[in-house]
Amino acid sequence: MATTTSAPPPSWGQRLTEQGLPIAVVLLFTMALWYALTVYLNAPGAIERVLEPKGPWTWQDLVAATMTVQRPVLPAPHQVALDLYSSLVDWPVTSPRNLLFHVAVTGESTLVGFVMGTLLGLVLSVCIVHSRTLDKALLPWIVASQSIPVLAIAPIVLVILGTMGFSGVAPKAVIAMYLCFFPVTVAMVQGLRSPQVIETEMMHTYAATRWQALWMLRLPAALPFLFPALRVGIAAGLVGAMVAELPTGAQAGLGARLLTGSYYGQTVQIWSALVMSAFVGLALTAAMGAIEALVLGKRRQL
Amino acid sequence: MTAPPAPSPASVPAVEVRKASLIYNPHQAPVHALADIDLTIAPGEFVSLIGPSGCGKTTLLRVIADLEHITSGTVQVNGVSPHEARLARAYGYVFQAPALFAWRTVLGNVKLPLQIQGKSAAQCDAIAREQLERVGLSGFENKYPWQLSGGMQQRASIARALSFEPRILMMDEPFGALDEITRDRLNEQLQQLWQRERRTVVFVTHSIAEAVYLSTRIVVMSPRPGRIVRVIDSTLPDERHLGLRDSPEFMDMAHQVREALADGHHD
Amino acid sequence: MNAPTSPPDLRVSALVVLAGIGGAWALLISSLADPATPKDGAFWGATIVVALLAVSGIRRLAAIDGPRMYASASALLFGGWLLYFWQLFTIALDVPRVLLPAPSLIAAAFGEHMGTLQSDFVQTVVRAVALGWVLGSGLGFCVGVAIDRMPFLQRGLLPLASLTSTIPLVGVAPIAVMWFGFEWPSKAAVVVLMTFFPMLVSTLAGLRAADRLERELMHSYAASYWRTLWSLRLPTALPFLFSALKVNATLALIGAIVAEFFGSPTSGLGFRISTEATRMNMGLVWAAVAVAAVTGSAVYALLVSIEKRAAFWHPSVRGKK
Repeated sequence: MATTTSAPPPSWGQRLTEQGLPIAVVLLFTMALWYALTVYLNAPGAIERVLEPKGPWTWQDLVAATMTVQRPVLPAPHQVALDLYSSLVDWPVTSPRNLLFHVAVTGESTLVGFVMGTLLGLVLSVCIVHSRTLDKALLPWIVASQSIPVLAIAPIVLVILGTMGFSGVAPKAVIAMYLCFFPVTVAMVQGLRSPQVIETEMMHTYAATRWQALWMLRLPAALPFLFPALRVGIAAGLVGAMVAELPTGAQAGLGARLLTGSYYGQTVQIWSALVMSAFVGLALTAAMGAIEALVLGKRRQL
Repeated sequence: MTAPPAPSPASVPAVEVRKASLIYNPHQAPVHALADIDLTIAPGEFVSLIGPSGCGKTTLLRVIADLEHITSGTVQVNGVSPHEARLARAYGYVFQAPALFAWRTVLGNVKLPLQIQGKSAAQCDAIAREQLERVGLSGFENKYPWQLSGGMQQRASIARALSFEPRILMMDEPFGALDEITRDRLNEQLQQLWQRERRTVVFVTHSIAEAVYLSTRIVVMSPRPGRIVRVIDSTLPDERHLGLRDSPEFMDMAHQVREALADGHHD
Repeated sequence: MNAPTSPPDLRVSALVVLAGIGGAWALLISSLADPATPKDGAFWGATIVVALLAVSGIRRLAAIDGPRMYASASALLFGGWLLYFWQLFTIALDVPRVLLPAPSLIAAAFGEHMGTLQSDFVQTVVRAVALGWVLGSGLGFCVGVAIDRMPFLQRGLLPLASLTSTIPLVGVAPIAVMWFGFEWPSKAAVVVLMTFFPMLVSTLAGLRAADRLERELMHSYAASYWRTLWSLRLPTALPFLFSALKVNATLALIGAIVAEFFGSPTSGLGFRISTEATRMNMGLVWAAVAVAAVTGSAVYALLVSIEKRAAFWHPSVRGKK
């Protein structure tokens, strides 16, 4: 290992200016653009419905009006933020008026489906790696499934499970499950096969059984492949759970909220649900990232 | 294969190869990796296999280690087939690269074969620590492989190969990727290790100096087909140190090896 | 380690496969002859024999180490047998159509509603998906090239763009409907949004991929920025671009179909799937899903073959690690 001195790692201040500043600038610019678009897009409606009846109006009136329209074409950022805040704070968590209620509904299906899909993917990948038949006959279909829109099968799953008497969390979890399953299986197969020949031959010289080679070599080697797939899987599972809420008449959950908002023309409600689902997606992925850092923290490539 | 009669340990050759041949692709484009190899290695010897690329030295080592199979002839390790010897954990194998697991500490890596053999956690720990001490790596138990230099990684892999005290040690150009200074030091350490423990060592190398310095017997091979050109018994004393490399006996041995290599080249 | 295993005799394997197929044919004919008769022991016995022959045939093909043809044959045989047993069991066990329609039923629905499915295909794939994919990927690429010389903007946009892959972008479908109406333009808008960011990220990554050595070579020729971009950096970026295009193709199809779940007037694959599902018209639903699936794989295969010709030099395309 080189003992030469390398540049010291960037300090917090340096990192803030190098990475934080550009991101902040882009975000600020996006906000400004959003506000500008709000005025521009809401103007016709505001003029027609709010200002004209009241008589002559000024620029300030227009801007103020566009930010407070009841059913805006594009709600202003602060409108969305206020709606979000009020939905979280003004109602008890168990009320359907509180977005957290919907987050819990969607989140529950997502997590259950995610865990099931991951376990299934792990088991199947181990089987595929150890069986030539499964490898040649089944794996190509699983790989091919990544190029087809698997989410399109969601309504079928809902109908089948509905007919069999399952409702609520189960069908949504099943859809989330098979969305997670495919990337996890493909990534794990790749990961379980990632050890180099020299490492598998070494296990051979120790007369290790297949189980020992799996537990001591292949599984640890596969972990760096697993986690990116888990991040993809949980994001896909969230989308699946949300989509699954649509056909059933949309009672609860973030997807249902989006749908009812669009039925009743409640623009701000749609945006709040959208922003909330974005937060949920970010939070779930960040959680996966944290687990990954915990498990793989010390690892470096040799 | 008939079961050999149970012989006394001292009389059983560590490795016995008789008319062994290995032909790849026998039907389409036959490659004679090994042709009629005859070699017997007694316990406690340090035998080097040397030769140019493609001469079959690594192939021969892998055949003895049950990593490849001959197409004709017999190979016996400690009186049994290589397969049985491997299952009986009769030898340790050191590869060209350290092949340490990045997710295990140095201690964890040395414990690997012991865990596979089912030893208790306490035993694994104690034995592994002792082996690391023997190769001079005590204090590095809790480091990860990437935190070690190339030479130290290779030493760790040697400690791992020796951890379960195999009677035979097989090494495939273990120091090839290291710089010359580190290589010399490791040669010296390996020599001292062998002095102390007198295991049988089968050592593949490219380097004439290394072969002469380390071995009691040097087997010179040549390619196409892979065969043994000459077996040279070392005239050097058993106790060796690096200064020996400037002595006339050393030069003479190196000369013999060089001649044998040239002969093999011209065939 | 490399113990030679004797390859299964090709002739025996061929025999097993053919015997399996022959037995399957006989079984199917006999069971279809009179669907109403209850299936007796002979039927199930015969089914088990055929199943064993099927499994054995697949295993034998999989065990052959030869050219790729045998591996594909094994996979295809597996798919074929799956279809067969699906057909057999749905008919023999009289599975309700709502639960699982037989493949023959799906094929019939496909033929019957060919015209509808065709117009759905045009609406979703030809209009929304194709346009959205081209527009979204194109925009992503252009923005990527545009900010290539602005590292500040790159540092700002790249993290945000990567983050968008974690959020459910399909959720903008209701908003798109509000802005662009119920027809296909709103679905195309969703697709544009979903495909823009992956392309942007991949373009930036691809433009950075040219090795220092090659860039210094161009510098020594006093090549201008655009010359370097055209002759070196864009070709080097091709594998990244193709990877994003392939991902985007799948995202585009999913986006358009799911956007239609959120609301679509009268046609489109997503519309067809969701409305016919509520009407329990499962044959047509499966047929529409099949159209979507085949479209997805066909587009992917097409992109792969184009990539083979455009980026033939890259190790990943050549087949090396």
